[in-house]
Amino acid sequence: MQKLAAQIKDAAKKLLEDKKVDLVVGFAEGSLPLRGTPLFARTPEEAEKLTWSRGCENNLANYLRKREGKVAVVAKGCDARSIVALVKENQINRDNLYIIGVPCTGMIDRKKVEKLLEGREVLAIEDIGDAVVLKGKDFSETVALADLMHNSCLDCRYGNPVLYDELVGELLPEKGEDDFAEIKAFEAKTTAERRAYLAQEFSKCIRCYACRNACPVCYCTECFVDCTTPEWIGKSAADVQDNILFQAVRVFHSAGRCADCGACERACPMGINLRLLTRKLVKDVKELFNAEAGVNLDDKAALASFTADDPEPFLVKE
Amino acid sequence: MIVSKKDLPNFLDKLISEYQVFAPVRKDTFTVFKQICSGKDAVLAAGNTKLPVKELFFPQSEKLYSYSVTEAGAKLEATLDDQQKIVFGVRPCDAKSLVLLDHVFNNDKYQDPYYLTRRENTILVGIGCNSPASTCFCTSVNGGPFDTNGLDILLVDTGDAYVVEVVSDKGKALAEKAGFAAASDADQAAAAKAKEDAVVTCQVNLDGLKAKLDVNFYDPIWDKIHEKCLGCGACTYLCPTCHCFDIVDDAVDCNGCRVRNWDSCAFPLFTLHGSGHNPRTSNKERYRNRIMHKFKYFVDNNNEIACVGCGRCIKNCPVNMDIRVVLEDVRGSEARLDS
Repeated sequence: MQKLAAQIKDAAKKLLEDKKVDLVVGFAEGSLPLRGTPLFARTPEEAEKLTWSRGCENNLANYLRKREGKVAVVAKGCDARSIVALVKENQINRDNLYIIGVPCTGMIDRKKVEKLLEGREVLAIEDIGDAVVLKGKDFSETVALADLMHNSCLDCRYGNPVLYDELVGELLPEKGEDDFAEIKAFEAKTTAERRAYLAQEFSKCIRCYACRNACPVCYCTECFVDCTTPEWIGKSAADVQDNILFQAVRVFHSAGRCADCGACERACPMGINLRLLTRKLVKDVKELFNAEAGVNLDDKAALASFTADDPEPFLVKE
Repeated sequence: MIVSKKDLPNFLDKLISEYQVFAPVRKDTFTVFKQICSGKDAVLAAGNTKLPVKELFFPQSEKLYSYSVTEAGAKLEATLDDQQKIVFGVRPCDAKSLVLLDHVFNNDKYQDPYYLTRRENTILVGIGCNSPASTCFCTSVNGGPFDTNGLDILLVDTGDAYVVEVVSDKGKALAEKAGFAAASDADQAAAAKAKEDAVVTCQVNLDGLKAKLDVNFYDPIWDKIHEKCLGCGACTYLCPTCHCFDIVDDAVDCNGCRVRNWDSCAFPLFTLHGSGHNPRTSNKERYRNRIMHKFKYFVDNNNEIACVGCGRCIKNCPVNMDIRVVLEDVRGSEARLDS
């Protein structure tokens, strides 16, 4: 990780020194244990603060839409997929973007750390390869990395950036196909069970819209929830149905565009299982259209194209 | 006075028969204030609740009144929540937030009946913080882990028991009714020791901040500070002192109700005028407002900082936008104080 951090720093400084870009978007060390925080470096001096760790969980593609000037970005696998999706939607001008690709083996989920520690406060997290050491006032616990990684990282098949101008570190071995096991298990439940589960999850929603704002492909100038004339949806967070409606519409709108980066779930302060919905759509899009968002620049967006050999089992039943 | 931890559920059960009792209860990985039906459900040792105590007095969505219009005329129906309540396990920072909110909902110009009725009918039983978190900075904003400001009773955890400190007349009446045992000298000493051992390690230097904010509205620092902010409302909604709201009508045909919802200055809709003009056009102006409101406007209006140092915004921001760092950046910026 430290080696990667140094390489990222060098690459960014060189780009800024050579005036190839005006801005590098990456991560600096944050204020909490093992927490990376987005950094906007415009000078080689500012680029000194760049780092890389298992806390660089934010999807930086979110900061690249409609940027002026030449921009470089530090992109892990999911960031790169979102960038590809946004390039195709004309939100990012590929010619003005320089991608420093970083193969990613997964980020740590602070909510899992919290759950594991049951109220004890973590004061430092040390990354020791395939495990991490959680340190607090009177404790030190070594936990396997797999137990603390974001679910989206455990499911991820694209740790290697799909698009880059410069690669930092070594490419990772390819992983097998995603089996969507938890989605299949949810689909197997009865309608009443599914409804009950969603109602329970969305009773936690406080309508802070962190999920929407953290999502790289949620960029409508006016979101339907903010619209007042007409008012498509109730503004009160007390209504669980409205909370579900908000998320359902958001998820449908990102169908075929969502790279399953998990930014929504990571951003949610209330710990709502948002990827249950986003992944259901990712799975559907894969099954119905044999498409995945943001895996290359050539594929057309699943819902913006038509081919005669679409499987379309929902349309033509024989 | 003293109450043993073993006896506490029984004490709460007795209160439940007479009052609506709210206490932190576990929900997934965090705790939230909920009305409890059994004293056993109260979780007092888990630090701050995810959502602040303000929601019990100023709910996220509150029906102000319902209305209907018929041929006979218009009918309005308002209900005030005047239930007798006890909120148990309030942390001193949250208690202080209510003292700050009192300025907003009870002042010379306006007294909010919804908020005030709840405040008047609620007894606040606080619990001091033996182990302040690394993100707590209450002592930097005129608070402290055992501060009694806003509380009626403060409990001090001494291991097997809570030493009961009566703060107000309301608290005195409740303590007398409860018939707590007297605390021994050893108990008092244990309470004093707990207070002494509770160290708030995080200090935020606010020297000169207000003077800077008085003059730096147009400072270029604001162009940089907001950059990573996503513009969501997580910090606002989890903040014990943020109190901006929006009023909407939820109506079908001629029947409806007027609802007050929490709002956030981070949202594009926040100051959008009916004309379509918005004086806060971008994230920059919105984030600046968040800082200005807490550390300048509220100080100008009420002579208090609208931050209690609870650390919720720090822990929950999706991009680690840390208010301590922001304040340090503002303070350290080279704003021209004479401009």
